Amino acid sequence: MITERTLPYWLLAPSLIFLLLLFAYPFADAFFIAFRAEGQWTLENFRTMIEDINFGLSFWNTLLLVLIVVPLQLAIALTMAMMLTKIRAGRDLVLYVWTIPLGISDLAAGVVWLALLSERGYINTILSSLGILDGPALWLSYETPVALFIAVVLAETWRATAIVMVILVAGVQLIPKEYNEAAEIFGASAWKRFTKVTLPLLKPSLQTALILRTLLAFEVFAVVVALGGRDLPVLMGEAFLWQFDYRDNGVASAYAVLTLVISIAFTVLYLRVLRVKEEAQ
Amino acid sequence: MNAIVKTGLSAAAVSALLLSGLPATAETIFLSTQARPIEEAEAMRNEVLGQYDGEVDYIPQEDGPFLNRILAEAEAGKVSVGLLGALHGNFPVLASADALEPIDDVLSGLGDRKLIGTFVELGKLGTGKQHYVPWMQASYVMAANRQALQYLPEGADVMALTYDQLAQWAANVSAATGERKLGFPAGRKGLMHRFFQGYLYPSFTDSVVTEYRSDKAVAMWASFKEMWKHVNPRSTSYDFMQEPLMADEVWIAFDHTARLMDAFNRRPDDFIAFPAPAGPEGRGFMPVVAGLAIPANAPDRAAAVKLIDYMTRPETQIETLKAIGFFPAVEMDLPDDLPRGVQIAGAAVSAQAASADANPSLLPVGLGDKGREFNKVFLDTFQLIVIRGADIDKTLDRQAGNLRKLMEETGAPCWAPDEPSSGACPVK
Repeated sequence: MITERTLPYWLLAPSLIFLLLLFAYPFADAFFIAFRAEGQWTLENFRTMIEDINFGLSFWNTLLLVLIVVPLQLAIALTMAMMLTKIRAGRDLVLYVWTIPLGISDLAAGVVWLALLSERGYINTILSSLGILDGPALWLSYETPVALFIAVVLAETWRATAIVMVILVAGVQLIPKEYNEAAEIFGASAWKRFTKVTLPLLKPSLQTALILRTLLAFEVFAVVVALGGRDLPVLMGEAFLWQFDYRDNGVASAYAVLTLVISIAFTVLYLRVLRVKEEAQ
Repeated sequence: MNAIVKTGLSAAAVSALLLSGLPATAETIFLSTQARPIEEAEAMRNEVLGQYDGEVDYIPQEDGPFLNRILAEAEAGKVSVGLLGALHGNFPVLASADALEPIDDVLSGLGDRKLIGTFVELGKLGTGKQHYVPWMQASYVMAANRQALQYLPEGADVMALTYDQLAQWAANVSAATGERKLGFPAGRKGLMHRFFQGYLYPSFTDSVVTEYRSDKAVAMWASFKEMWKHVNPRSTSYDFMQEPLMADEVWIAFDHTARLMDAFNRRPDDFIAFPAPAGPEGRGFMPVVAGLAIPANAPDRAAAVKLIDYMTRPETQIETLKAIGFFPAVEMDLPDDLPRGVQIAGAAVSAQAASADANPSLLPVGLGDKGREFNKVFLDTFQLIVIRGADIDKTLDRQAGNLRKLMEETGAPCWAPDEPSSGACPVK
C-alpha cells in the first residue's frame, strides 16, 4: 500500500485531515451562519453590520492601521535584516534580542504598552518627574483618538516587526554573494546594489512576509483591546463584541467573512504585484 | 512495568474522584445566575447554605448557559436542576417556554415572611400564577469620596440631590482640583445602560421606551452631554466603579451596590453612599430583584420548596446580604453588626426607595434574548451623542427606529414607568 509514490500523500494526510476537520469545517460553518437568519438565506446580518454605528469607524481604523503598520514594519525589518548582514561579532545575540517580541503574546504586548502609556504609566511618570509634563497626561482615551491610534501603531510595530525580520533575514541569507560582488566590481554604489540586486532577489521573501503580516494586521485585536478598549473600534474587536456581548453570531460571522474577503483581496494583490518570474526563482 | 502500575493507580484515583463527584440522588442542584465570582459562590456554599439541613449543590452560571440548560432540559423532559435563582428579567423567557412550575402554594406556605409586596407581584410575571418567590434585591446608587463633599453646591442635600446639583457639584470639583472626578461605569462590562434605562430616562421623561425620542429626551441628552464635560474620560473603560473610587481617580460615581461594596468595606470612613439624583419627573431608580423558581418536572419538588423556605428566612437573608451584598427581599430591620460597607450601601438603597419623589422603574421585561440589543440601543445613543458629539435629534430619530423595530419583534408590552400597553410597547 505504502509505496514510494504514495508515501508523500500518506505523510500529508494527517495535517490535511486536521485542517479539514478543525479549519475548513468551522470556516464553512461561519460562512453559513453569516448568510442565514431565522432559517432563511439572507443578507440581514450584513445589513445589521453595515448599519451599526461602529462599522464605518472600525473598517477605516483597521484599514488605516494596516496601511501604516505594514509598510513601517517592512521598512524597519529590511533595515534590521541589512544591518545584520554587516555585523560580525555578536550577530546571534542581536538577532535573539530583536526576536524577543515574537515570544510574547499579543495581549501581553498590549498590557506591556498599557503599563508604559497609561496616565499612571512609566512614560507619564518619567516625563512628569523631569518636568516635561505638568501632570499625568491621558493618551489612551476617546478624547485623544490620534494619540490612542499612535499608541496602537507603536505597540503593533514593536510586537510584530520581528516576524517580518526573521523571514527577510532568511531570504537575505539565500542570496548568493556573487551577485553583489559582481555589482561592486562594476562600480555600483551600496544603495544601487540594495535596490537593483538585493531587493529584486528578496522578492519571494518580501511576498511571504507581506502576505503573512497583512493578514495578521487585519486581525489586530488584543493589542487594541488592551490599549483602547472600545474607544478604538476595529473589525475583529467588533466581531468579538457581537459574538460575546450582543450574542449575535450571525453579525459576528458577517464581520469574519468581511475580514476574509479583504484578506483574500490583499493576498491576490501581493501575489500579482510581487510576481516572481520562473527564471528568477 | 513500574510505569504501567503507576498509570493504573492514577487512573483508579481519577475514576474514584469522578465517581465521588457524581451527584447523589438526595442532592438538590441550585442553578443560579447570581453570586458568580468564585469568592461569592464559595460564600454562598459555606456561609449561606452551610447551615441548611440537606444537600445542595450551588452552581453559578452565566445568563446564556443558564437559560440554555433550563430550556434544553425542559425540552428533553429530563430535568436535573432542582431550584433556579436568577434576576427578574430571566424568568419571562422560561415561563413562556413552560419551563417553570407554578408555585402559588409555596408562596402561601411562606405567609409570615413579609416578602416585599411589589416583588411578589413581579414574581407573577404579569400572569395569574406565581412563577418565582422574591429572593433578594439590590439597586444602583451613587457613591462619593468624603473629600468631594466640601464642593457640594450651596443648599444641596447629598441625600436628595437633583441632576442640576450633581452637574454643578462635578463642575465645582473639577474647578477646584483641576481633575474631572465624576465617574460612570461605561466600560465593556460596566452597567451604564442601566443608568439610562432606570435613572436618567425615568427622571427626565417618566418613561423608557414610549418617550424615547420626545422633546424631554432631547433636553435630557443635552444636559447630560453638558454634565459629561466634568466626567473622567477614563469612564469608557470603567467596569466596576469601586476600583477608580479606591484609586482616587474618581470622587463621585454611579454603580450597582455590589460593584461599590469593596470601596465601602475597605475604606468605610472615606466613602459615603447616597441616592441617585432627581430630575423633573422625580427620582428615577431601578430596584434589581432576584427570584427563586422551581423548574417544571423538577426531580424533587419537596426539596426545592424546603430550600425556598430556608432561603427566605430572615436569618438566611442576612447571611446572603453579608455573603454577596444583595439586600433582603423581605421587610425587616437590618441588624447593627453588619459589615460597614453593607450598612453604608443599605442606607442609600432604602433612602432611595423611600424618597418622596421616588420614581421606580423595572428591569426590562419581555425582551427575551433581545435584552442585549435593547441595552445596545441606549449605549449606542450615548456613544453617538455624548462621546462622538452627533446631533441629538438625528441620533434619537435613527435610534428610535431601531428601538421600535426591537419592541415590535419581541412584542414586549410596556413596563413601569411607561404606561401599560396592550401590544408591543410603542415608541412615539
